[in-house]
Amino acid sequence: MRGVWVLVFLLFAACSKSGPDMQVILADKPAPTLADYGLFEDPAANVPSTRMQAYDLVNSLFTDYAAKQRFVYIPKGKTAKYDAVDTLDFPVGTVLVKTFHYAPDMRTPDAGAYKIETRLLIHKRDGWVAAPYVWNKEQTVAKYAPIGARLQVQTTSPEGEKLDFTYAVPNANQCKTCHQSGHDIEPIGPKARNLNHKSQLENWHEQGLLGDVPSTIPTVPPIHDTAFPLGARARAYLDINCAHCHKSDGSASNSGLMLEWGETDPTRIGIGKHPTAAGRGAGGLRLVITPGNPDTSILTYRMQSVEPGIAMPELGRILAHDEGVELIREWIGAMPKN
Amino acid sequence: MIKQVLAAGVAISVLAGCSGDKTEMTEKTSRTILMAEGADFAARLQTALITADPGTTITMPAGTYTFSDGLSLDVKGVTLEGAGEDKTFLDFSGQKGAGEGLLVTSSDVILKNFTIRDTAGDGIKSKGADNITYRDLTVEWSGEPDTSNGAYGVYPVESSYVLVDGVTVRGASDAGIYVGQSDHIIVRNSLAEYNVAGIEIENSSYADVYANTARNNAGGVLIFDLPNLPIMGGHSTRVFDNDIYDNNTKNFAPPGNIVATVPSGTGVIIMANENVHISGNRFKNNRTVQVVVGAYQETFDDAKYNPLPRNIVVRDNSYVDGGDDPQGMMAALAAGMGGKLPPIVWDGVTSWGGGEAVDVNLSIHEGDDVGFVSLGLGSYPLDPSKMRPGMLRPKGAAKAEPTPITLAHDFLNTDK
Repeated sequence: MRGVWVLVFLLFAACSKSGPDMQVILADKPAPTLADYGLFEDPAANVPSTRMQAYDLVNSLFTDYAAKQRFVYIPKGKTAKYDAVDTLDFPVGTVLVKTFHYAPDMRTPDAGAYKIETRLLIHKRDGWVAAPYVWNKEQTVAKYAPIGARLQVQTTSPEGEKLDFTYAVPNANQCKTCHQSGHDIEPIGPKARNLNHKSQLENWHEQGLLGDVPSTIPTVPPIHDTAFPLGARARAYLDINCAHCHKSDGSASNSGLMLEWGETDPTRIGIGKHPTAAGRGAGGLRLVITPGNPDTSILTYRMQSVEPGIAMPELGRILAHDEGVELIREWIGAMPKN
Repeated sequence: MIKQVLAAGVAISVLAGCSGDKTEMTEKTSRTILMAEGADFAARLQTALITADPGTTITMPAGTYTFSDGLSLDVKGVTLEGAGEDKTFLDFSGQKGAGEGLLVTSSDVILKNFTIRDTAGDGIKSKGADNITYRDLTVEWSGEPDTSNGAYGVYPVESSYVLVDGVTVRGASDAGIYVGQSDHIIVRNSLAEYNVAGIEIENSSYADVYANTARNNAGGVLIFDLPNLPIMGGHSTRVFDNDIYDNNTKNFAPPGNIVATVPSGTGVIIMANENVHISGNRFKNNRTVQVVVGAYQETFDDAKYNPLPRNIVVRDNSYVDGGDDPQGMMAALAAGMGGKLPPIVWDGVTSWGGGEAVDVNLSIHEGDDVGFVSLGLGSYPLDPSKMRPGMLRPKGAAKAEPTPITLAHDFLNTDK
């Protein structure tokens, strides 16, 4: 049977130890452990292989205050193509690697840091595939976890709040729910506007990872930097935290609530918009955004909630993001009342 | 453990090309995964739903299984079946995550013979899942109808070719069976009770709703079209041969949702939809009104949206009791008419946004003894002080009925 041949093939592939292994990367099924891909020099994934490019985003999705370390691997001889609006056009064989860490105190995230999970997004020949890997306690191996996991985490938040909660590693289907784009799945973070800081895109171009880059690249403001206008920061927050589902080809398209950075229609952004299928998620409130009144806006109600069936985003967080809620409340509060 | 059993045979179909000498060989392997009861059922079931090959049948044994997270399925052609609605129970009363009990995002899926209980959000949602079959399922929230129950029981959305057959939904705080932004739909042989809305077809086209029972909801069957949604302009729906009675449960929907405006005691509501045919239904004892036809009532900002019902046919239904105790916004309107409403009520709205009055073409073909009233409200937004009730039936020319919906995956479709 075909499956057996794939297995034999994988066994051979696992023997070679020189950097990322394209056969494992492009295989039909996810490898059993993260180490099998050869993306790191060591099984504990502390030393990235030479072609792994570290990167970071202007703004990052809130995931229960976890710290995230990101790499992109682009196969030798290939380059990504720039896109002004959508995710960069990465070639087949690209792997996006994101490791989630906690430390006992997230005000000093490097002290005593330990890995929880590593998520891979792999550009296979027929599209992107998501594969979650969960680290063991000893931090020696990360195993493929198609159904995710729930893990107890105790830490102190960057704002000094003591936290003790059950962290949820999403399952493979939940990965797809957020990464959906029409019938395909797509990376969320690496869009030009969200990579455009610290000359990151120019550096990628110089290293041959990215094709031509225009002289003017769009950018989103860092949400915590109050030097930027409130409205732009709020929209940037919604863009990275909500728009992966709330876009016209996303998982929440049927809601009619569209929160992408480029959206300009006030009703589609939620201003004066009635809920569609919110059920008790509406919290007895009539409008997604009531200008000038965050307390009667469904948007803030759902962001503040930690209850399944009400809480938004539905996936990827157990805790409420107090700072994000505060930003959106401030934005709605500053809107002129009708 | 999951036993993988190769089903009766590996079908090998050999397709010979007609225009050349090429021979294409397709190997189709159909598998059955038999779920055993016991520890870690939830984790094993979710694993099976993720790792199953397309075309697999996953069978769940009799028993009650608890879940702390939502289930999801994204593999094409999977059948998920239990040992029976009264034997296999998926219990979500301890659910800690996800917006629904089961989310289906792949096509050609069949769900049958099990019960889902007490999900935190919706019961079963299928999105962008064409050719789906919901058969002989129960989705319910236990206890008295409660605002904190999930919104929708069975919730196909943005899908084509949807079949809901023999499904029971109880206790949904919005609609029991809700089909939204979809097309080519059959809802039949189903029971919706103790929901806010029994069956709701919203922003959808080409739907046949028949041989169902909608009872003890706040509203029995709703055919709606709402603004500011990706898919609008719902049309071509037939609602026939249903039993729609005793829909007198108080409206327990959370305010803010459109169904929260549905007066308790309503049989059928047609709102802002086109080419809707209500025929051969048996209405009984819906205390507010048996059938109401009206415009969307909220303010909206959407140039593409038409808030009026158009080309509506109401014919050959039977009406017993009802209309004697109007509730909600209908109570105030009925006050001027002796506090009671006839079986069929039209709001009489023919224009909106200052536009010209249009002929909405409402056709009523019922016995002379079936009462009708137009509230004569004239224009939108509604102003009760402008009410000009009239008992004269509009003389609309009945639009021809849409052709019956047939679905290729429907075993009652004898053409296949």
